[in-house]
Amino acid sequence: MSDKSHDPNQMTGAAMIVRALIDHGVTDIFGYPGGAVLPIYDEIFQQSEVQHILVRHEQGAGHAAEGYARSTGKPGVALVTSGPGATNMVTPLTDALMDSIPLVCISGQVPTHLIGNDAFQECDTVGITRPCTKHNWLVRDVNDLAKVLHEAFYVATTGRPGPVLVDVPKDVQFATGTYHPPRKSDVHRSYAPRVKGDATQIRKAVSLLANAKRPVIYSGGGVINSGPEATKLLRELVEVTGFPITSTLMGLGAYPASGKSWLGMLGMHGTYEANMTMHDCDVMLCVGARFDDRITGRVDAFSPNSKKIHIDIDPSSINKNIRVDVPIIGDCGNILGDILQVFKAEAKKPDIKAWWQQIAQWRARNSLYYKKSNDIILPQHAIQSLFEATRGRDTYITTEVGQHQMWAAQFFGFEEPHRWMTSGGLGTMGYGLPAAVGVQVAHPDSLVIDIAGDASVQMTMQEMSTAVQYELPIKIFILNNQYMGMVRQWQQLLHGNRLSHSYSEALPDFVKLAEAYGGVGIQVHKPGDLDGAIQEMISVKRPVLFDCRVAALENCFPMIPSGKAHNEMLLPEQANDEATAKAFAGGKALV
Amino acid sequence: MNQPASAYFIEERHDPNETHTLSVLVQNEPGVLARVIGLFSGRGYNIESLTVSETESQKHLSRITIVTTGTPMVIEQIKHQLDRMIPVYRVVDMTQTKRSIERELAMVKVRGQGEHRVEALRLADAFRARVIDATTESFVFEITGNTDKINQFIDLMRPLGLVEVSRTGVAAIGRGPEGM
Repeated sequence: MSDKSHDPNQMTGAAMIVRALIDHGVTDIFGYPGGAVLPIYDEIFQQSEVQHILVRHEQGAGHAAEGYARSTGKPGVALVTSGPGATNMVTPLTDALMDSIPLVCISGQVPTHLIGNDAFQECDTVGITRPCTKHNWLVRDVNDLAKVLHEAFYVATTGRPGPVLVDVPKDVQFATGTYHPPRKSDVHRSYAPRVKGDATQIRKAVSLLANAKRPVIYSGGGVINSGPEATKLLRELVEVTGFPITSTLMGLGAYPASGKSWLGMLGMHGTYEANMTMHDCDVMLCVGARFDDRITGRVDAFSPNSKKIHIDIDPSSINKNIRVDVPIIGDCGNILGDILQVFKAEAKKPDIKAWWQQIAQWRARNSLYYKKSNDIILPQHAIQSLFEATRGRDTYITTEVGQHQMWAAQFFGFEEPHRWMTSGGLGTMGYGLPAAVGVQVAHPDSLVIDIAGDASVQMTMQEMSTAVQYELPIKIFILNNQYMGMVRQWQQLLHGNRLSHSYSEALPDFVKLAEAYGGVGIQVHKPGDLDGAIQEMISVKRPVLFDCRVAALENCFPMIPSGKAHNEMLLPEQANDEATAKAFAGGKALV
Repeated sequence: MNQPASAYFIEERHDPNETHTLSVLVQNEPGVLARVIGLFSGRGYNIESLTVSETESQKHLSRITIVTTGTPMVIEQIKHQLDRMIPVYRVVDMTQTKRSIERELAMVKVRGQGEHRVEALRLADAFRARVIDATTESFVFEITGNTDKINQFIDLMRPLGLVEVSRTGVAAIGRGPEGM
């Protein structure tokens, strides 16, 4: 027993937490202190290997960790206190679950003997976060802590990545126990995600691909999660087969937007050519995507005449929304490698010239058309200008949620993975600003821009203060139309133009607000001033709020109306003629 | 069908429902049952019957038997969703294997006198139900069998003075020498 005091693995629970972070290569965490995590904060204070970024609200910590994770491929880590600290994490945890982002959240809990007593700042954290994490743990014994922390990192980062939460009561943080470094036996034996795809299924897939007349590749966020090898193999597959490729919102950047086989994004606000190609194809290869309802439109009319191949690491994604013909369960990088190998050995590039000619006709409809103006900035134009100004730079883009997000997806071309951070599944307004904080922490010298809307950005605006404190020169590019634009668009199209509470009556002066935080404010009204203002924004090495005043009533097209199929898209010119014009009649005055 | 004004496509599905019995082998740890039940309520699946107990205490393994209904696509989803939970070892669809035995135990309290009392005893005998408690005006029967048999016995007891029923829910096991 006497030796134990000299055992370097004997330490308090709080020390174990910091030690485990270091053992897992964590260099930055995002958090907010409080009563139930003070022992951990005391340990953080006494070391320098893990940098702690103090946010202004726990939700900001979660989204910053998400941005960090999405832009690096490493897990993001958040540290919050019990009660409100934990409940404020529910949104980012759910967001990370929907978008398969590896996130490790450590939460403090009231001391073990007070659990269940309605103690101050007590809540049932594991109960509340059970449905919004991949897995969670309440640690009641300090000697279980090391094992649980190591398992938490393993679960978050393997298989289909996702958020995990470890709830640590304060007495466990104080108690002394034995730490051990990560080892295999830390993980549940029941958890063994499948990596390698079934060889028979892969052969079936190759045979379908090799005989396709009208093929399409539909890729998603899973390709990016799988890592750089998967991206490389996807690009090679497109090259070897000559197939057209489209992608979900989450998958942008896996195939370069400048690539010759690129159709643009698909789905509700995807391009006409991408959606028509999906609808009319005879073989569909879905890689790391999940047939979400924003992608499929009307399910019973979704790509009715195609054979569907679905590669996914999560068996529950298979046949959830759309019945597929050849499911392949495993890591998409691994499976793409196998498919390529078999294809190159046994198949020839199919002749699909006629198919490409058809696609060219759809492309010619120019579904992303909008009418530029010399008097007022069109939001699409603003994104295009931003894209041109940042071309060739080391740029990362985050977004909030709404019209600006869709315009960013449509008009900003992504050449590489991990450059595009957006809340796809949950659609969390307020994601982009804290996510940009996280991205900038991970990439201090890069240009990090949050493409925002005036409504979304106010949901987590307080994180400007974090950016100023840590000298993170994030750029918040606000497409300010003084509306919750997407809400208004739906009200116009579906609710008789009754604009119920979608107008921002009392917007702050974003320039003054930026200055109040200690950042820089820029405002621009005229198209002619836009490029200069963007250059100024980029050259400022401080956080910037860029108030870009855009056409207030511009709507996001093309669009698959609700209940319609991919081949029933509303194109911009049709929208202008009937639906939109009618919807605008009697609306609020232009502001 | 009229499409209401919605951002979602509202679709009625008319696939016929099936009833399946699932055996789920899990690590017996705090919260594991809440995870399984939360999955069913959170995703809108049905639970017709649920039976849980630790079955291998050294290995901390529990076996959960769930009877659920849904379209074939939903039943597939339920199995995959269960299987991907971290503490779940295996999910076996006992209905799909077509080689399983299902049993349920019920305790049935009947109150009555005279002919009703005699009739209840006679029927209990026919169903191989045992008397496990008796007073001059009541019996408690213990009956084991599949769900249909127990339902039938309870229906027969109703006019004879049925007071209350306590059922265990379904337990299932595969036929033959192999384990799950």
